[in-house]
Amino acid sequence: MIIQVENPALEVHDMTVSYDRRPVLWGVDFSIPKGHLTCVLGPNGSGKTTLIKAIMDLVPKNSGYAKIFDQDIDDVRDKVSYIPQRGSVDWDFPASVMDVVLMGRYKKNNIFNRISRTDRINAEIALEKVGMKAFAKRQISQLSGGQQQRVFIARALAQEAEFYLMDEPFAGVDAATENAILNLLKEMKDEGKTILLIHHDIQTAYDYFDWFVFLNTRLIASGPKETVFSEKTLSDTYGGKLSLLTTVGELLKEKKLPVRE
Amino acid sequence: MENMLQFDIDAFWIILTGTLVAVSASLLGVFLILRKMSMIGDAISHAVLPGIVIAFLLTNSSSQIPMIIGASLVGVLATFLIESLHRKSKLQTDASIGIIFTFLFAVGIILVSQYTGQVDLDQECVLYGEIAFVPLDRWVTASGIDLGPRNIWTLGACCLAIIATIIIGYKGLYLTTFDQTFAASLGISTVAWHYTLMTGVSLTTVVSFESVGAILVVAFLIVPASTAYLLTDDLKIMLILAALIGFLSVLSGYYVAVYLDASIAACMALMSGVFFAIAFLFSPGYGIAFKGRRAKMGLQKDYSQQL
Ligand SMILES: Nc1ncnc2c1ncn2[C@@H]1O[C@H](COP(=O)(O)OP(=O)(O)OP(=O)(O)O)[C@@H](O)[C@H]1O
Ligand SMILES: [Mg+2]
Repeated sequence: MIIQVENPALEVHDMTVSYDRRPVLWGVDFSIPKGHLTCVLGPNGSGKTTLIKAIMDLVPKNSGYAKIFDQDIDDVRDKVSYIPQRGSVDWDFPASVMDVVLMGRYKKNNIFNRISRTDRINAEIALEKVGMKAFAKRQISQLSGGQQQRVFIARALAQEAEFYLMDEPFAGVDAATENAILNLLKEMKDEGKTILLIHHDIQTAYDYFDWFVFLNTRLIASGPKETVFSEKTLSDTYGGKLSLLTTVGELLKEKKLPVRE
Repeated sequence: MENMLQFDIDAFWIILTGTLVAVSASLLGVFLILRKMSMIGDAISHAVLPGIVIAFLLTNSSSQIPMIIGASLVGVLATFLIESLHRKSKLQTDASIGIIFTFLFAVGIILVSQYTGQVDLDQECVLYGEIAFVPLDRWVTASGIDLGPRNIWTLGACCLAIIATIIIGYKGLYLTTFDQTFAASLGISTVAWHYTLMTGVSLTTVVSFESVGAILVVAFLIVPASTAYLLTDDLKIMLILAALIGFLSVLSGYYVAVYLDASIAACMALMSGVFFAIAFLFSPGYGIAFKGRRAKMGLQKDYSQQL
């Protein structure tokens, strides 16, 4: 089931992307509303990261397009923030926490300018929000996984964007950090920001997000939680992944997930 | 002994030449090793050889500028070929590097051996450089004013250009080196920054080959930067340290060469290796000498702030 929305924050139209002629996204077509927390669910290798990269125009598309706030990505980059998977950078890089967060203030048109006072203030506020202010001067090589993730989120906050695309911000973080980040996301949502993120834990996804995109190379479903979140969608998305289906079965038994006929 | 320590004007020119090479190369090397591309530096330094020879043949070494530009372009072309080969054939980058650079280097060697008689170039000079001859090739203006060794001017211009690029482009280089994907998501061209850096490496190799040769310039590209990497966690300090270590290698290398009566450029490269070894053994952050002490400190790490 695919629920399209009027006046969407993001519209993905008939998008196909392939690596070495092997399609990893096939005719994906959906839209998500403004001011919502949207979660992309799908098994490993289902094209979630590729979807976000294609939206940001970081990988070539075979067909289709993505529009954010009804504009081409190149016209709205200042309003869009992308948080890559934490593992995509070298954390032994000679940089302090502050240096990395300040990168959130870099823009195409200020890359040759010096870092301003406003940039620093914004970066500090962002660090404060993720509870990392005390770590500003620390080298990034000395951070734990959860702290690295917070730094990436602070960098995104420093961008002061309207739309956030996050690739697995909860990978390898403990429950406390996960909670802290989830609460932060809720705050951002309340400020009217739109967030689309990739997540692997179905239960927390169900608890915290209100819009869902189920992906497995093709789009399985997209829409509000109450409409699309069901055992059928989950099994269509994850196929015969036994362990996962057991988890879903258990969740259903505990009546945490709604059973749809 | 007295003779050895005497600081004559030739020694000054030789050390200045070496320093200009070492500073240019070490600064670029910092970005190369952080981008995990030190082998590309190696490749470029060899691949520019045919460019140098062809440019020499065409211009007969009479004018330096076209030669420098032509040869530098060959170096940039080599990186382009390496990347294309890697992307199109799914070959590992290091294999692509091996194929392209040995090929171009071989072409260069053949050209040198074929045309040794015709141009002012020989194999030895191209491979190992002749830093001792630098003071001899003077730049004398039409009116007869001696402006000092010609090589100093080209190296100096190159060094200034690199320092200026790093200062002006610091944010861009920093960002694209740390996180390419994020940089691209901001709409910043990672390709443009990549080729800026490659042009710098290529240019440095070309202008350095007369003095230190195509092989030893690799030592200056990689070793001082790696040493600095062991000593600091701050990019700005790493750049300064790399340049400083480059300079110290040149300075000490010169006197070692005089003492041993050996190749000056080789002794400079050797000294950069010695500095690396010292850092490797004794650096506070990574050195093996402090391993035990660090482990103890690790146990006492402050967990109060940890989340
Ligand atoms: N650069 C690449 N070159 C070739 N194939 C790729 C590349 N990146 C991803 N793939 C392939 O494309 C498919 C989708 O990858 P993608 O990273 O989008 O999956 P994902 O849903 O994010 O997975 P995960 O949950 O493991 O992060 C996978 O089969 C992967 O092997
Ligand atoms: Mg992924």
